[in-house]
Amino acid sequence: MSEILEKVQTIIADKLSVNPADVTPEKSFSDDLGADSLDTAELVLDFENAFGIKMPQEEMENIITVGDAINAIEKLVAEK
Amino acid sequence: MELQRVVITGMGAITPIGNNVDEYWAALLKGVSGVGPITHFNPEKFDTRFACEVKNLNITDFIPKKSLQRMDPCAQFAMVSTMEALQDSGLDLEQVNKERVGVIIGSGIGGFTSMMDSAIAFVESNRVPRFSPYLLIKVLGDVISGHISLKYGFEGPNYITSAACASAANAIGDAFHLLQLGKADVIITGGTEASVNETAIGGFNAMHALSTRNDDYVHASRPFDRDRDGFVMGEGAATLILERLDHALARGARIYGELCGIGMTADTHHITAPAPDGHSASASMRLAMQDGGVRPEEVDYINMHGTSTPQGDLAECIAIQNTFGDHASRLLLNSTKSMTGHLLGAGPAIESVAILKSIQHNTVHPTINIEHLDERIPQDWNFCADGPVQHPINTVLSNSFGFGGHNVTLLYKRYRG
Repeated sequence: MSEILEKVQTIIADKLSVNPADVTPEKSFSDDLGADSLDTAELVLDFENAFGIKMPQEEMENIITVGDAINAIEKLVAEK
Repeated sequence: MELQRVVITGMGAITPIGNNVDEYWAALLKGVSGVGPITHFNPEKFDTRFACEVKNLNITDFIPKKSLQRMDPCAQFAMVSTMEALQDSGLDLEQVNKERVGVIIGSGIGGFTSMMDSAIAFVESNRVPRFSPYLLIKVLGDVISGHISLKYGFEGPNYITSAACASAANAIGDAFHLLQLGKADVIITGGTEASVNETAIGGFNAMHALSTRNDDYVHASRPFDRDRDGFVMGEGAATLILERLDHALARGARIYGELCGIGMTADTHHITAPAPDGHSASASMRLAMQDGGVRPEEVDYINMHGTSTPQGDLAECIAIQNTFGDHASRLLLNSTKSMTGHLLGAGPAIESVAILKSIQHNTVHPTINIEHLDERIPQDWNFCADGPVQHPINTVLSNSFGFGGHNVTLLYKRYRG
């Protein structure tokens, strides 16, 4: 699933203007990458568009780190 | 209670003829037109296919990419002109009491383009509601001042004013009043507009408000000329740093001029057309002069609203005739819009910058494209049609009128201690 990781890294780096190499699974969106609630919501929209998925509200609320996002995306992509 | 005096200590501008105050003023003196074919969208099917767009702006030189995603171009322009104005003012951002610094900006339409683009995307995606969380902070006009306060930490009064093409004049007027009353030390004010988009051009075309001189667009903005056929849309922003005189003196600030009065009236004639006898525009000028304790004969120069519409220009001239009588032919008159086009709500802000530069240099910029002065306008009036005019400039009026019948006149004077 490294393809998902790469795509997610690119999307996050672009949206938050951070170095893609800094976008590692353990990083917290708010504490490490400078995202606020609007950025996180926007990122979810970008993930949905990029992977053709729909992320349920409760899933979104559990996303704290990049790894959380990747896990959620992997799950939703597998369910497609 | 004694009202405080209010002075201007910093300026910034981003306009179709220059991306900072120096470039803008140099272009005004040279008589440069900012008009060109519309590039922001494909105008092929529109009655008007030209506008005065801001050119060669590398916005990421000013605003980080991450912040840009949350800002409509109108907020971006205001930020750029504010950065210049603050730097120009020499205000020490470490020292200033930020609770006493406000931000009041005028905008006629706010984030119009963001609204339109989002509506188009919504329809194109079969009306599935997938709106960006950034959308409304780009659309709402008030975030223009919000972004500025957020960047600099200014905690004073913060809002925008909207009165169509007089918007920035109301912002400057509100800033003036709050400072007069001692409610703040410094107010960042001015106006911004970014409405060169399909909806605005199409909408104004439908009202027959825009020039359609597509085969000779260079001469389309021709205020007071007999062959004028409507205004030319412009975009951009300007920021003025307004400051209480005592505060400015205490920090040894350079003072461009003093804001001494404002007149505000409503036409009550028609939702778009000006009252043909200009009575409310006349009242607006009279009130501004009364407010500043100035007699009509003392006025040297009027920076006119002068949009190049057949009705508006004539009504304004009638208003000036009725207000100034014989003195009208001794006034220097001009229209900044002959070069910049009509920046709607930002117009009064860029025109205030032109006025303050005129006071600084005792020079009034020309009105371009007057080939045959409308025969209904007194032929001995001086519209500075042949080039810039050097003359002592001490007392100046700025007229701004907006759809809806809003008239606002600002009175600027040379600062004397």
